[in-house]
Formats: sequence, C-alpha cells, structure tokens
Amino acid sequence: MFWQLLTIELKKIFKRPRTYIAFGAILVIVFLIQIAIKYDGKSYFDLLLNNLSGSFEFDDDFKHKFINGYLICFVILNTLLIQMPLLVALVAGDAIAGEANMGTLRLSLTKPVSRTEYMIVKFVASFIYTIALLVLMAIFALLGSMFIFGTNDMVVLRSEGIELIKQSDVLWRYLAAFGYAAIALTTVSAIAFLFSVLAENSIGPIIATMSIVLVFTILSQMNIPFYDDTIKPYLFTTHTVAWKGFFYVKADASGTTINGSIENLPAIMRSLGILVMYIFVFFGIATWIFNKKDILT
Amino acid sequence: MEKIIRVKNLTKDFKELRAVDNLSFEVTKGQVYGFLGQNGAGKSTTIRMLLSLIKPTAGSIEIFGLNLFQNRKEILRQVGAIIEKPDLYKYLSVLENLKIFAAMSGKRLSTPKLLEQLAVVGLADRAHSKVKTCSQGMKQRLGIATALVHNPQLILLDEPTNGLDPQGIVDIRKLIIRLSKELQKTVLISSHQLNEVELIADAMIIIDKGKKVMEGKVSELFDPAETVVELKTTDDALMIEKIKQAGWQNIIQEKRSDCILLKLHKKDIPSILQKLVKLDIPILSFYSRHSLEDYFFSLTSAKHVLAATDN
Amino acid sequence: MVMSIIGFSMPVNAQPPQTVIQNVQAKLKKVKNYVATGRMKTNVIFIKAPIAKVKVYYKSPNLLQIKNESGISFIPKGAININLNSIFVDPDGFDLIDMGKDASTSWRVIKLLPKDENANIVLSTLYIDTKNWLIQKATTTTKENGTYELRMTYGKYADWGLADKVVFRFNTENYKLPKGITFDYDDGSDNKTNSQLKKKKGELIINYSSYVINKGLPDTVFQ
Repeated sequence: MFWQLLTIELKKIFKRPRTYIAFGAILVIVFLIQIAIKYDGKSYFDLLLNNLSGSFEFDDDFKHKFINGYLICFVILNTLLIQMPLLVALVAGDAIAGEANMGTLRLSLTKPVSRTEYMIVKFVASFIYTIALLVLMAIFALLGSMFIFGTNDMVVLRSEGIELIKQSDVLWRYLAAFGYAAIALTTVSAIAFLFSVLAENSIGPIIATMSIVLVFTILSQMNIPFYDDTIKPYLFTTHTVAWKGFFYVKADASGTTINGSIENLPAIMRSLGILVMYIFVFFGIATWIFNKKDILT
Repeated sequence: MEKIIRVKNLTKDFKELRAVDNLSFEVTKGQVYGFLGQNGAGKSTTIRMLLSLIKPTAGSIEIFGLNLFQNRKEILRQVGAIIEKPDLYKYLSVLENLKIFAAMSGKRLSTPKLLEQLAVVGLADRAHSKVKTCSQGMKQRLGIATALVHNPQLILLDEPTNGLDPQGIVDIRKLIIRLSKELQKTVLISSHQLNEVELIADAMIIIDKGKKVMEGKVSELFDPAETVVELKTTDDALMIEKIKQAGWQNIIQEKRSDCILLKLHKKDIPSILQKLVKLDIPILSFYSRHSLEDYFFSLTSAKHVLAATDN
Repeated sequence: MVMSIIGFSMPVNAQPPQTVIQNVQAKLKKVKNYVATGRMKTNVIFIKAPIAKVKVYYKSPNLLQIKNESGISFIPKGAININLNSIFVDPDGFDLIDMGKDASTSWRVIKLLPKDENANIVLSTLYIDTKNWLIQKATTTTKENGTYELRMTYGKYADWGLADKVVFRFNTENYKLPKGITFDYDDGSDNKTNSQLKKKKGELIINYSSYVINKGLPDTVFQ
C-alpha cells in the first residue's frame, strides 16, 4: 500500500507543470554561471585570487587548470544551494495545503489511509523530489562542468587559507556533499510541511517557509557575538552549509594534505544530527497537528 | 434489519458554534436515506464526521456495527463518498483521477475496468480529458464515479445533483435507485431540496441548526391525502379576511408576499375551490404545490424558507 | 676536529672570492639545459596542498619553469631563482665581499652586492662548499619580493652542480580573503590563530629524482 500511495504522490508531483519550474530554474542558473565563466573565466579568477598574485606565479596555464569543472561545480553549489530551499518549499509547502486548496484533501482522507501514513507518503515524495533536484544538479552542475571545463585538482578558497585537493580525491566529496544537501533540504521540507498542515492555500506555507529560511540565514551569517553563542548553534541554517566541510581536508604539520581526509568530520556529523532532529521535530509536530485537525476544506 | 449507520448523541462544537447538536439516527442496510436540512443546518458536518474528517465533540458513530474511530480503515474501505462539490486533480485526466482514488481505496483496477466505471456515469468518452477542461456537471459525474469505483457497501452523497443538468439529475436518481434496489447498497444522500429526496428516499431525517426535527420512513412522514395549495388572487389580504369571516381559517397555512398557502385534504379541493370562487375575489391561480417541500417549510423557520427559495 | 677544519681550510681560504665564484660558475656552465623530475611539497601556513609531481625545465642562461603536469601547484614568485642563474649570468655585475668561513660548516661565505643600483637584487649571500664547488645555501634579498633563502642538498648530480633536494624559503603576504568571495563554513575546527598566520615565511621543497641533462629544450616550454 505504501508504495502504491507513493507512486500516486510522485505522479501528482511530476505531472504538475509547477514542478518543472524548479527544474528549469536550476538549469538556467547552472548554465548562466557556466557560460559566464567559460567566456570570462580570467576575470573571475582575478576576483578570487588577485590578492595573492604578488606572492605566486599565476600564469595562463595555472589559471586554466584552476578553473576546472570541480571548482565550477563548487561555485555553482555555493550559489544555488541558497536558492534551493525555495524550490523545495514550492513543492513541500504545497503538499497538504495544495490538496486542501484544490478540495482533494477531504476526499483523500476518506480513503482507508491513516493521516500519519498520508503525511509520511507525502514527505517521502517531497524527499524524492528533492533528490531529483539534486540529481539534476549533479548532472548539470558537476558532470556538465566537468565536461565543459575538464577536471583538475580542486582549489578551495577559505578566508583563512587555501586548500588544494587532488583530483582523484574530489568526486566522493561531491557525493557526500550532495547527500548532505539532501538532508539539509529535507529540513526545509519538514518546516514547509508544518506550515502546509496549518494553511489552506499553498502560497502561505511557501512564503512562511522562505521567510524563516531567509531570517535564519541572515542570523547565521551575521557576525554578531551576541548571537554567535546563543542562538546560532541551534539555527538549522547554520548547519545546512556544513556540506562544505567535506571539501575541507586535513593536513599534516607541514601543510601537506592527507588524501581522503576530512578536517572536522565530527562537526559535520553534529550538524547532520541537528538537521535530523529538526526534521523529526517539525515533521512530528506537523503530523500530530494533522491528525488532530478537523478537515473543513 | 441490519443497521449500517448508528449515530448516537452526536455533537460537534466549533468554538462557540454548535454545528451538530445531540443528533441520533440509524440507517438500515439497503436503504436510501435522505438527510435533509437547509444550508448550514449541519448536514455536511455530520457527513464529515461519518467519514472521520471531523472529530465529534461528543457522541458515537458506528458503521457496519463497528466503532468508526477504532476501525476507521476497515470501515472506510467499504465507504464511498462525495463531500460537497467533488474537487479533483485538475491537471490530471478523468481516468487518472479515478485510478488514483481507486488505488487509495486499495483497489488496483485495469484501464478497461475504470472505463467501465466511467461509462456508468456517462463519462467514458471523456476519460482522457484533463479535469480542468470538464464542466461542473462532468466533474459531478466523475465525483460519483470516484465514490463508487471501489464497490463500497455504503455510499454517502452530499448534494450529489448540484450543478447537474436536468438529464444528469434524472440519471443520478436512477443510479441511486439501482444501487439500492439491485445492488443492496446503502445510500445516505443529503440535500436541501426535498423533492429530490422524496422521489428516491426510503427514510429520511430533517435537521435544523444541528438538531433533529423529524425522522422516519417517507411513507409514514406524510399523509398523502394532504396537500398545500398556492392561491393567488387580485387581493390576497382581502381574501384572507373573507376566509376568516367564513370560518375556514384553519386551512390557511401561511401568508406570503405574493400568494397564500392553504393546507387541504385532496378530497376537499373541489368544494373549497367552489367556496373560494363564491367569495367574489378574482382568483389568478390555484396550484397544488409539492407536498414534501411545504411540509419541510412548515417545520423550519420562515427565515430559512426565504433562504431556501433563493437557492 | 675543530683543529682539522681550520687546518685544511687555510689554503682554500687563500683563494680570492672571484676565483671561488668563477669555479662555481664553470661547473654550472656545463649544464646547458635540463628537465628534472621531482616531487614538490608546498609548506605555506595558509595553504594545504598535496605533494605534487613536478617537472622542472631549465635552459641557460636563466630560463626556468616548474610545471605540475597532473595538477595544480601554487608556485611562489621568485622560485625561478632556485638555481641562482640570475647571479651567475653576470657575476661581474656584482661586488664581492669575502666573509670568510662559516664556523660550523666551513663553507665559504661570500656576499654579492650589485653594481647597478636599480637591480632587483639588493644583496645575495652565498655559502659555498669549496671542496666540490657547490653552493649549499644562498640568501637573496630583493626589492620586490623580499628575502629568499635556498638550501641545496647534493647527491648523484653533484658533478653537474645540480641538487637532489632544494628548499626554497620565501616571504608571503598576509593571506586574508573577504568572506564574500570565499566558500566558507565554520566547521568549528581550531583554525590557525592569527599570530600563526602572520608568520610570513613559506617553503617550497623539491626532491629531484632524476635529471635529463643537455638533451636540448625548445624555448616554447618557457612561454
């Protein structure tokens, strides 16, 4: 029964034109970044590394190698993963509220399916949608960039230093990062579900979810000491960016990177744990409310 | 007789508003049960409670002899419903919608089987149209098809003929009678139009402001010998006065702005009409109205009557 | 031990610095070009990098190129000087000051001052093993890139004056990228404190495994 219901939910998601707006948006952003860098990569390079050009020899060969598919994908993910919650909220916020708005919720809930089951199926379906978005990203942002720009060692620029990852050591990091992003986006999905259960049209939950993501993101990116120790560690947006941690390598005392290492895996796992907690709490509350709710739409 | 629905002391409060007030009724297997009341009388709330969409504040619901909230899935597997207007997935086709709701009821049906079901409601030729291109009447038919697709024992229809053209209304009536008489299904049909229910219902309940007003078999509820007559004259007020002077005021049921309603035995009609003519006020029309409708009016408040006539 | 060093060094000491430089130059001149294969390690406080396989191309008089064929390496400016060609192209352009012998290693210490006041090099100090005419250490101060230090360890290519291992120490600027540009996430790990980051020295260590000497090399390699 679960699989049958899931198939139905997926059909509902993927038969809607709205779903493909998100896919289209991703493709457009990815292509725009790729085109810009393809045709004006040097300027972008200068922007990134200009302040080191006094110390290091950056010849054309270096620049060419530096701007490779792995770096471009990283740049794209940095830009796009901030926007992805909107795309996830578009579907997750609609999950229950959209059915309520269409009037199909009441009919669905007169079927021999418990409300908890219904919620789980919807949630799993929106998770699969999230995965589909990420797979699309992986294909176009990662494989596409690898195809357009080739591959080479990956340079990760951090405010405190530069990290060089051997190209043979990169792909698994992307796999891990995409996996982490799936969980991070599912957190957004869980929040959107809570609003979706409370609302009777899908615009409300989508806007509410985006507002929360926006406010939390600003709070977690502000460098105000007062927030650093009080609320920041508990905001999910502080932890959604932890996928980058997979691209931070360990080095020995003399600064030589250790292949296959992660600088601070426990920190990533802790962030992951907090996100999973968010998912359980928000989805749990949403399901609880949904079970108690009188369906009047 | 096996009781399919047994509702006892059902009450539902929405904040201050008591939508359903201590309502009890029973529906017997194979019956078409009319559920009558004005808009806002509590019909929809009751039907939603029967479908577990709304949790009662108090009271109990048994369906197929089982407690609804303890055996929800088991019961709902055998229940089909239309709740208010049947809203469906507009971006999916007629067939896809039917398939989805059949599957949700636990029935995996092949396309030919589904088309068969659509044929029952006269939608087979529109199977592949998107629902958003369908008329209200077609949606209503599809709604009925989704209510029946999993072959349920109990069918709850909330205003099923809303939005249907006259032919559609006749078709649905025939279908309901067939479901009940041939297939032994139990049908609960709600309506605010009494004539609709009177023709097909075996038994009925009338509710107002969430409370039961009357319940019973249709054949017992009404004296078929009695009827209500709508009388129009050039001067209704004078006519009423003259009737009163003649000492027949007991036949006057109600004074309306444009007519007078008289309650009469059918056998008395010729003599009364003769007498009225003799009162020497020109009679514009003398029309025997639908009995059930007026019976209903007599049970509900005048304010409601006006609301109903607007519909 | 101390006695013996002093004892043996006396006659060498007698040689004027010009002779010492000429002898070294003569040895280096035998190499017209080479392609060396080696492993390069970058040791800069703000860079984490893997050990890179590099090829070092040289063509006389002073073309040098370090290439990481398989990946990316941050190569500091001035690394071109790792075989000191800029000095030995024109030793006559320098005034030589004999500083005698280094006490612990017995290397001859000679300071070179450019005669041209506009030269990039301000001062270069060479530590020369006069037994084998090999430069063991060189410290060069430039106007533009600060001070470099080179340390050479010789092995089987000592006859050509080519080192097996070169340690190039150089100055780096303060590294600090604005957060808007970087791809940061605070993973809570103990990042180097700022005082550490201000240690502005970096090291480039190349361990050569082989040299292909005087087999010819087109100029295009250096473009």
